Amino acid sequence: MESALIPPAKYFFLFVPTFLFSIIIPLAGVVIFTYIMVLRMAPLIRSAPDPRTGRLMERIGNLIRIWLLQYRQPRYMLAGVLHIFIFAGFLILSIRSISLVVIGIYPDFVMPGFNGFLGVVYNLLKDYAATWILVACIIAGIRRGVFKPARYGVPEKYGKDHTGEALFVLGLISTLMITESAFEASLAAARIQQHMHAEFIAPLTLTWFFKLLLTNTSTSGLQAIHILSYYIHDLTFFFFLCFLPLGKHFHVITSIFNVFFMRLDRGTVKPVKHGITDTELDDLESFGVKKLEDFTWKHILDFYSCADCGRCSDHCPANAVSRPLSPRFISIKGRDLVFNNYPIYPYGANFRQSEDLIGTIYDEDEIWSCTTCGACEQECPIGIEYIDKMVDLRRGMVDEGNVPQSLQKPLSALEKRGNPWGKLEKKRVEWTKELGEDLPVKILDGKTGADTLYFVDSITSFDDRMQKIGQATARILSSTGTDFGILGKAEKDSGHEVRRFGEEMLFQDLRDQNTDAIQASGANRIVTADPHAYNALKNDYNDLPPVEHISQFITRKITEGTLKLHSAGNGEGDKVYTYHDPCYLGRHNGLYEDPRTALDAIPGLKRVDMERCRDRSFCCGGGGLMLFYEPEEEQRMGVLRVEMAAEAGANVIVTACPFCLVNMEDAIKVAGLEGKMEAIDLAELIDAHLVK
Amino acid sequence: MEILVCVKRVPDTAENEIEVKGDGTDIERDDLVYSVNEWDNYAVEEAIQIRDKVGGSVTVVTVGDEESEEVLRREMAMGADNGILLSDDAFENSDGKGVAAILKAEIEKGKYDLILTGAQADDGAGQVGGMLAAMMDLPYASLVNLIDVVDDSTLKIGREIEGGNQEMSEIGLPCVLSIQTGINEPRYVGIRGIRKVASVDIPVHGVADLGLPADAVGETGAKVKRMDYFVPEMGDGAEILEGSTEEIIDKLIEHLKAKGGLK
Repeated sequence: MESALIPPAKYFFLFVPTFLFSIIIPLAGVVIFTYIMVLRMAPLIRSAPDPRTGRLMERIGNLIRIWLLQYRQPRYMLAGVLHIFIFAGFLILSIRSISLVVIGIYPDFVMPGFNGFLGVVYNLLKDYAATWILVACIIAGIRRGVFKPARYGVPEKYGKDHTGEALFVLGLISTLMITESAFEASLAAARIQQHMHAEFIAPLTLTWFFKLLLTNTSTSGLQAIHILSYYIHDLTFFFFLCFLPLGKHFHVITSIFNVFFMRLDRGTVKPVKHGITDTELDDLESFGVKKLEDFTWKHILDFYSCADCGRCSDHCPANAVSRPLSPRFISIKGRDLVFNNYPIYPYGANFRQSEDLIGTIYDEDEIWSCTTCGACEQECPIGIEYIDKMVDLRRGMVDEGNVPQSLQKPLSALEKRGNPWGKLEKKRVEWTKELGEDLPVKILDGKTGADTLYFVDSITSFDDRMQKIGQATARILSSTGTDFGILGKAEKDSGHEVRRFGEEMLFQDLRDQNTDAIQASGANRIVTADPHAYNALKNDYNDLPPVEHISQFITRKITEGTLKLHSAGNGEGDKVYTYHDPCYLGRHNGLYEDPRTALDAIPGLKRVDMERCRDRSFCCGGGGLMLFYEPEEEQRMGVLRVEMAAEAGANVIVTACPFCLVNMEDAIKVAGLEGKMEAIDLAELIDAHLVK
Repeated sequence: MEILVCVKRVPDTAENEIEVKGDGTDIERDDLVYSVNEWDNYAVEEAIQIRDKVGGSVTVVTVGDEESEEVLRREMAMGADNGILLSDDAFENSDGKGVAAILKAEIEKGKYDLILTGAQADDGAGQVGGMLAAMMDLPYASLVNLIDVVDDSTLKIGREIEGGNQEMSEIGLPCVLSIQTGINEPRYVGIRGIRKVASVDIPVHGVADLGLPADAVGETGAKVKRMDYFVPEMGDGAEILEGSTEEIIDKLIEHLKAKGGLK
């Protein structure tokens, strides 16, 4: 085809064919990129194994939903929508970018299949894509550079501000869009000037604007723009490619893998080491993560993939109360360490010897500060994991004996007495005394049997206040005619937090004792009112009868018609209830509806939801061993939560977890809201409204 | 530095409800759980830290029945190199001096630069450390909450005195020190740590091994004999104020004024 301008493949600049640049730039780019990527692979290969290839359909489903459709992005509306535009534009322009590189060598190259109608449609689409990317980059740039949303801030202890890098990359992307359009527009303008057939250019696109601008430019000027914009594009493109693996924009490459390999189950904790059975654990030299390479390859990939978007930390309750933990910097510090220990420059530099992570990049208090509430993982748009990393780092600290004194006592009591307070085993049943003779609670010791086992767990058994949850639960079970019993002194703490605080062997000990006792009880089903016990029995234990949380039981019985509730009654007219989703019921087990259905079954009950509810629920402060840990914090998480309830217009917080209730009741006192706000457990509330 | 730490297996007051037996001969032991005496745990941690700094070894020793082996294992899981169990029927019901005599016999079989004990035991009288030092004619310092190794023959040691003030002393080696809690933060010992040392051999030494005359220790050798355990009767002089918070405050102010506490 006759051309209006000399294409880059045939142009000479001072007797030098620019064709040479068309070869040198991509070649150098690909070589450098490959070199960097090979080095980036090294830590993945040297880290711990983690088989993640199973359950292909679920993984593909995640890939479509979370990666391709960017499902989690609009949880932050403006940033999310901007990202979707840029992401979709990148996908569209990837084809154009590849063909542009080839055009530098073969000027008439057309991507196979794109020479017909598809090519016309594609050209329209890619021109609009380039335009909206540029618009999105400008908005994003203004947002980052002028408005500076708080969640991108870098506290001093974590290093320097990252705005520069973000703006630089937005600039690179904008350069690509502008030069791509200028390259095309200059040719179009030249064709029009020479009265040749001009391709249709979609109106209001960047190319269209450039074409208008260039209408009166001389041919030599157009030729210069044509060649210059091509090589600026070529150079920027390959520079950007090699720049990606050097910082937070690595996610452009890794996120597709990170989402594909992301964890599929919630509520679980990874085994100490994949491929090692429980009985082989004793033979392991070391436990948990102590050095960089002790992380699994997926956790290193997480570090690579972090886009520094700050959503995790924005939702982290520990971060909100100024505990020394910000999940975002768990990733950023991890990534920086990988980059530092596996240097790409100078060429041939040795990998650095790994040091202990605790005391270098991570602090003890930082790692103990996490309540494992899962808000960070829920929010992360690319499936980065934090809970397993926390647990693994804690396992490493426990193995080194590095455990805060405040946690050593309850751990020792759990080992000896099966509960963190060191109370006598036989006192585990004392809460039943208050029920009176009308409601005898059976002890399922193998001789006495029952259909349903009520697993009480430690706090409900021993804490004076929480015993009321146990009593309410027993009355609900009894009122529905359920044949139930408890394990009594044979019950041990479920060990839910023992495991999550890294004391795996003690957890397994407790799990085995409970499993034996439950199996010996002959019960066909298990009910518990403690979400931590529920999660442990459901996700951490094996070979047990089906487990139900009391909220599921209540809703089931209401549906069946065997549980009837009377109305909210007098004096409750001005009560407005709000339901606080416990982390281990909601986020970790997806139980959002049952507790709400149960509440709404009380006739006349007024209920509002807090702004942060369901999968965005805000942790009360943590359960189990977290009650004993003494964190550095400016505020209690519970206080923030109680204030959120007040903001929603509620004056009664309903929880469905004894630990939430402890934290809420304390927080109401600390916040000075006594008399204005109260907290009650779902089981207590249902019990108070039972039609007997 | 060769360090020996004397430890004891005691019923942990945090995890037990201590009740006196009806006949006053002992406390109820049916439901008790035992652990390492808290002070001893600090002493072992300190010994391990000193060893890690200047080299040498840490040996833990206890006088008790065969079940006392578990506390030795726990301390070895912490990082002590050796454990020695001093156990013999003839040791039963020894008084403080008897226990010190048993320990002395064992210590003289080895060569130790530093001997540590806990300042006291949950179920003890805080006497063995001092007696041991006297019987061995070694320098002794009690309630130590800071140890700095100056050189092979000298330690700088600290002790908290009234008002939170610190007293510093110098002591020559070998010596005996009784260790106060708070001197360090003892490391955690998990089940895994104990399993790792489960098969390590712990020698058991009895009367014959130690070359002790049987009548110098145990019940026969005891000069102090325990007579009775009882719960003291509630005395007068304590009054629990009742009523609403306001009423209680009023009554309290009234009392304070009446007794001259408020003017």
